[in-house]
Amino acid sequence: MSTEAFDVAVVGGGLHGLSAALHLARAGRRVAVIERRWTGRHASGATAAGVRTLGRDIAEIPISLEAMAMWHKIADIVGDPCGFHAHGQLRVAETAEHMPALLQREAKIRALGCTHEEIIDAAELRRLVPALSPHCVGALVARRDGAADPHRTILAFRRACEAENVAIVEDCGVEAVDRQGNDWLLVCGQRRFRAPVVVNAAGAWAARLAALFGDEITLGVRASMMIVTERLAPLLAPVVSVVGRALSFKQSDQGTLVIGGGLQGAADLDRERSSVNFSELAKGARAASDLFPAVRGVRIARCWTGIEAQTRDHLPVIGASPNAPGLFHAFGFSGHGFQLVPVVGAILTDLVVEGTTRREIAAFAPRRLMQERVAA
Amino acid sequence: MNVNETDLLIVGAGPAGMAAAVTARRHGLSVRVLDDQPAPGGQIWRAIETVAATPRLARLGESYRAGADRASAFRSCGALYEPESQLWQIEPGFRAFLTQQGKARSVTARAVILATGAQERPVPFPGWTLPGVLTVGAAQILLKTADSVPTSPVWIAGCGPLPLLYMTQLLAAGGRIAGFLDTTPRGRIGAALRHLPKGLGRLADLAKGLSWSLALKRAGFPIIHHVAELRAEGAGRLESLHYRTQDGREGEVTAEVLLVHEGVVPNIHAPLALGCAVSWHAGQHCYVPELDSWGETSQVNVFVAGDGAGIGGAEAAEPRGRIAALRVAARLGKLGEGEAESAARSERSRLARALALRPFLDALYAPRPQVFAPADETLVCRCEEVTAGELRARAVQGRPGPNQIKAFTRAGMGPCQGRQCGYTMAHIVAAAQNRPVEEVGFYRIRPPLKPVTLGELASLGELASLDEREPAA
Repeated sequence: MSTEAFDVAVVGGGLHGLSAALHLARAGRRVAVIERRWTGRHASGATAAGVRTLGRDIAEIPISLEAMAMWHKIADIVGDPCGFHAHGQLRVAETAEHMPALLQREAKIRALGCTHEEIIDAAELRRLVPALSPHCVGALVARRDGAADPHRTILAFRRACEAENVAIVEDCGVEAVDRQGNDWLLVCGQRRFRAPVVVNAAGAWAARLAALFGDEITLGVRASMMIVTERLAPLLAPVVSVVGRALSFKQSDQGTLVIGGGLQGAADLDRERSSVNFSELAKGARAASDLFPAVRGVRIARCWTGIEAQTRDHLPVIGASPNAPGLFHAFGFSGHGFQLVPVVGAILTDLVVEGTTRREIAAFAPRRLMQERVAA
Repeated sequence: MNVNETDLLIVGAGPAGMAAAVTARRHGLSVRVLDDQPAPGGQIWRAIETVAATPRLARLGESYRAGADRASAFRSCGALYEPESQLWQIEPGFRAFLTQQGKARSVTARAVILATGAQERPVPFPGWTLPGVLTVGAAQILLKTADSVPTSPVWIAGCGPLPLLYMTQLLAAGGRIAGFLDTTPRGRIGAALRHLPKGLGRLADLAKGLSWSLALKRAGFPIIHHVAELRAEGAGRLESLHYRTQDGREGEVTAEVLLVHEGVVPNIHAPLALGCAVSWHAGQHCYVPELDSWGETSQVNVFVAGDGAGIGGAEAAEPRGRIAALRVAARLGKLGEGEAESAARSERSRLARALALRPFLDALYAPRPQVFAPADETLVCRCEEVTAGELRARAVQGRPGPNQIKAFTRAGMGPCQGRQCGYTMAHIVAAAQNRPVEEVGFYRIRPPLKPVTLGELASLGELASLDEREPAA
């Protein structure tokens, strides 16, 4: 049985795995991406692909702003614009009672020296989103935010990886891990991979992979539901969310409406399947038709759920394993990892190549979610 | 009884669904039948109740007339019949979501019989999406429901019993046929004949087919045999039709209406959505649900009856519906196992007789190879406008399966959920990757099964939110 040797084995062929592989390959590493099904099978292929700094946790703001700068030149990074358009993201207040929360948020990030989130009044809101129901009173906007095309993004990252000679190995799930000298041996059915460095980008299954290395990390799971409609004439350009309701509403390049917002279906990690809960999803349809009354008659083409990891504090896990040498984690993005894709790959490359990073990632340390070892 | 709960949910009120309902009611089950049509009968007996009172009945033929009794037995069987209902999701357990008159609601049942029939096999060729190009099945529906006959002479291209039957019906209704492009490949009769001994008991059916053919020959319109390739052209709508036969003869004719048909395939979206296993039916060039001798799928208490179980026609659909209903009655304790078994015995022999000629017909009317290998410029996915060439190019980058092809190209992402492009995509991928088509598989089906509007889905939420509303302080 032959063993294939690499400098880095990235486990998980979602966008974070591909981004890590791309940056590492550009830093001169020989990289394999090992994917149980196919690239973008789960969360990356099921995402609404919002590119959002708006409303980020304070701890995420520095890397999110850097990621946003990268999205604005994404074609330079991966050779394709990824369907990214910076038409802004808005968080809308339906009533005057919802405005104070938005005003406080603006004040809070201003105090940190950030200017990317800005309060707008009803008139400016109307100008930005004429199709919005007139009852809405104002919004918080991040004008440089936007959205991309998830499938195009997966393809672009994959092609960029292939151009850097990254080996992309699909239909190949890691079943066992062994230590051989300074290398990790990954056992995948009949195949074996050996590398001194492993990146865990296994998404919803990342805690299971971490456990193979001895890292016990508490991780939850999400199954966010999405609605896509038939195509219609241009209705709105920005991505709209709303205070107090689970709704994210946008129109794709193809003209379809893409409606999400974090309403949860059911996930089954063992079967790698998730299912839609229509009684719950009806709330999203109701929010959409309350905010955009013109869409009530629009036909739904497809609904789906994607399986992804969710941490206790909704912050990702990014950093070196405190126990296993050469193991680096990047998962747990809790429903808002798409925008961070370009920067997290760069962070991992810092960690692998330099052993440290100047970027602010202390809040994402794996240790915070690990069982305290019982003192001997 | 809560009106939202029944023992058995039957989806479809065609031959299989009606027969299942009558049998289930006879054994004391509470039954709900959902159907998207306004009246019972399915496709074969479409509009039978209204047509039965008119002279059109005679023109539509003997087997159509048979539907009148079935519809009346169904009407009086005591099933809760909900016409004009769009079923768009079934959750395990079972909870079914449907839309009626713009409102969504859900109902529950302990067992489900899917009697959702068949659809015409999509026939992609350059220009098949032009206005003026329709299917024979669609034209026949217009004939049955509205007595509608195209004003100008129609071209018909295809093979199988349906074009022959429709042409016979059309002539009887005063319509005109410009010509028939028979796409049955050369040598098919020889290939089919080896299946004939089994079908000898069905000589009456063969005689019926022959009498149609003879009547059509006498009608005097041109009949071109062994047509292999078609191309429809026109500025904004069909104006001309180009064809090429297997031996290279070409022709171009002016045409206002072209009706195409290359057989039918089971509707498998509902079984797929419920996670039922399917397998490839080599004789019928399609997937069929894997069923036991009662019509039960790999999912407990989910049954498929009628053409959805494999194409067999109305005469096979009825015993299949009854057999499934007997099994459900036994499962739910309304009928002993032994009684169900003995009642099923006669239905199974009826089914075997009804299917005896099928292998012969399948071999005779197997789709021509060009149906599965359209020219590069042909639109394959009508919803997302993806061409055969795009699929071919993508299929050889790696070894993508249907769901990756869908993500890469958007084929299959539109409102029809791949009903139009699924099989063509699978054949194109199989050919490009040099593997058997049955190995490629089908798209994963995502709900809803039928397009439901945002407003309709929102109406489902209105009830829920009323329940959750907090009492006024």
